[in-house]
Amino acid sequence: MALQITTARPDPALLDLPWSTPLEDWPEEHLAALPRGISRHIVRFVKLSGRVIAVKEIKEDIARREYAMLRNLRRLDQPSVEPFGVVSGRVAADGTPLDACLLTRHLKFSLPYRALFSQGLRPGTETRLIDALAVLLVRLHLTGFWWGDVSLSNTLFRRDAGSFAAWLVDAETGELLPALSDGQRAHDLDIARVNIAGELMDLQAGELLDEAIDPVVISNRIVTRYEELWRELTAMEEFDTGERWRVEERIRRLNSVGFDVDELAISTDIDGTRISIQPKVVDAGHHSRRLLRLTGLDVGEGQARRLLNDLDSYRAASDRQNDDEELVAHDWLTRIYEPLTRRVPRELSGKLEPAELFHEVLEHRWYMAERAQHDIPIEDAIEDYVASILPSKPDEVSVVGVDTVEMPVIAD
Amino acid sequence: MATVKYDESTRIYPGNDTPSVDRLNIDIKDGEFLVLVGPSGSGKSTALRMLAGLEEVNGGKIWIGDRDVTNLSPKDRDVAMVFQNYALYPHMSVADNMGFALKIAGVDKGEIRKRVEEAAKILDLEPYLERKPKALSGGQRQRVAMGRAIVRSPQVFLMDEPLSNLDAKLRVQTRTQIASLQRRLGVTTVYVTHDQVEAMTMGDRIAVLKDGILQQVATPREMYDNPANVFVAGFIGSPAMNLVSVPVTDGGVKFGAHTLQVPRESLEGAGKNVIVGVRPEDVEVTGQGEGLEITVDVVEELGADAYVYGTPTDENIKLEGGDDALAKPFIARVDGRRVPMKGDKIWVQPHTDHMHVFNAESGARLSH
Repeated sequence: MALQITTARPDPALLDLPWSTPLEDWPEEHLAALPRGISRHIVRFVKLSGRVIAVKEIKEDIARREYAMLRNLRRLDQPSVEPFGVVSGRVAADGTPLDACLLTRHLKFSLPYRALFSQGLRPGTETRLIDALAVLLVRLHLTGFWWGDVSLSNTLFRRDAGSFAAWLVDAETGELLPALSDGQRAHDLDIARVNIAGELMDLQAGELLDEAIDPVVISNRIVTRYEELWRELTAMEEFDTGERWRVEERIRRLNSVGFDVDELAISTDIDGTRISIQPKVVDAGHHSRRLLRLTGLDVGEGQARRLLNDLDSYRAASDRQNDDEELVAHDWLTRIYEPLTRRVPRELSGKLEPAELFHEVLEHRWYMAERAQHDIPIEDAIEDYVASILPSKPDEVSVVGVDTVEMPVIAD
Repeated sequence: MATVKYDESTRIYPGNDTPSVDRLNIDIKDGEFLVLVGPSGSGKSTALRMLAGLEEVNGGKIWIGDRDVTNLSPKDRDVAMVFQNYALYPHMSVADNMGFALKIAGVDKGEIRKRVEEAAKILDLEPYLERKPKALSGGQRQRVAMGRAIVRSPQVFLMDEPLSNLDAKLRVQTRTQIASLQRRLGVTTVYVTHDQVEAMTMGDRIAVLKDGILQQVATPREMYDNPANVFVAGFIGSPAMNLVSVPVTDGGVKFGAHTLQVPRESLEGAGKNVIVGVRPEDVEVTGQGEGLEITVDVVEELGADAYVYGTPTDENIKLEGGDDALAKPFIARVDGRRVPMKGDKIWVQPHTDHMHVFNAESGARLSH
């Protein structure tokens, strides 16, 4: 059978990869990182036209199913890795048929949880990862995606203004349903809890996680965080007609956890004394959508919130509250954000995403100001940050395939 | 250990008119290995998920032992879905890999060790308990994953197409392993597959579903010898049973040139036609002009015998079942020393002892 390549973005360089060799034996020259660890399937990261692509060897029907599933999730605007293609019909030199390969694009500046733990952690990182995973799981469940294999290893994390945003990497066991039953949600949560505890226990066995941290306690957090958020996003609320401010209040609360309300059901009882409200359609990305509309910047939700705050301060400081918001945003972008992020020397640009760098510089300025006991201009803060802090940060633009006992392996 | 009972259990998805599982009744015995089998859309996975608590039950009840679990959450049912997440942790010993879920559940150390050792014995993993998964072979790693489910000692194991992502060779090996393991453990098990060979080789009993409706539940042997209807007859067995629509005549049914004796009472209520079913190994090759004339298309030599795939020469005779797009061949197993050639004409008829007769309208079995 002839080699068959299905891809939404045809790249002739795909043909140069050694498809007639079992993935396990691919020569180093094609790899972006050396393989590590035990995985259910063989996975390799390869360099392709200046990009990094993850290649997973699996049976053709499963590869096609997962490819289609990832495309659907992207279409539904869910944070998941971008599917790149499926290569099937592979045959080894001696004529034995080989399994198909599923190709996904490496998510820039994303970090596997093991890479984070091998860097030496700021305290509380493990809980921030769990919080990010809880948000991802709630979003997926609201869309009708039943994951089936929720774990830290099936997730990638991106820094998001001091916390993290989680992305789905592995959709192999997932199903898209019109809606999830309570039992299905509980099942995913239970799997998540057991997997997270197992993953943390493994980190402890590998001496990468402080013995004082209790994996069981941390893993239970996925359940409580998920349930809090789920309730906030879906629960019905009842109050007297006199308390109509509570409609606004609910919407503000949803915005503050990063969600927009696209549809809110409001009903009254027969004599009209009680009102009940229930969000019907909510959409993640409240702050990042607003920032995108104002500036064209496409960044994480936490980063967007941070940038919007800075935009507000700029507006107040330049006394332009009465000007058109878009105009002020444009000026902030060209006078503050862009000049600042351009100050990073090229050789240091793989350390942090521009928006994360901006957040870090704002933090840095705050600490500088505290020490100096007076305000510090942002230009001084960036200069000091680039000179004293940024060079010691690890490169995170393409961290792939990390083992717990190794430092992150960096692809060129 | 426990029995499982589907009691008129029904699942209708929101927005659907017809149930995905329609008033299902199955009594599963303590320790039994029951396989739910059917084509896609038959409701087999939905039925399993109803038992697991993953799908709502809209009508009827589900019992585990003497507990009505219909409205219990998945984790309160004491069932375990096996094999879904095959993950091994590289820095933890084999024993810890098997037992860590018990630690999460708050089981004390001594008890965990005891259960892990028991499971390791059954799985032939005793010598490896202190090693890291890296030092194990692929098959051993898979057994460690099974161990994770075993140590929980649930009342019921549930498996939903656990072999679907394995290659053909490993699938056959693992199939045998699961079946023998289940017998050693004696834990009631419900297993879903679309593959009738898997169903036949693994189950104590098989439940065949189609369009959400239970067609038959029986041992593999009963199901093979006495399929309850045309669907089961065509679905169970490989190669499949030949199903030929033939006219009813005086004292029997007309099969090509022959009249096959069928007791009158069996044909009561049947219309002008019935469907005669005959398995390839029960086809007798007769002399010229006797029975049904078949033109040979393909011969598959197996040594001791051979399978002949052909088409009835009379174009009016159609074979039932199979794919809509493909005309189904008539299949006969013949003596390996007397094999016809492609293009030959042969005459065949069923061994009357092993003939199945079905109602042409309802598909229900008429003969006994």
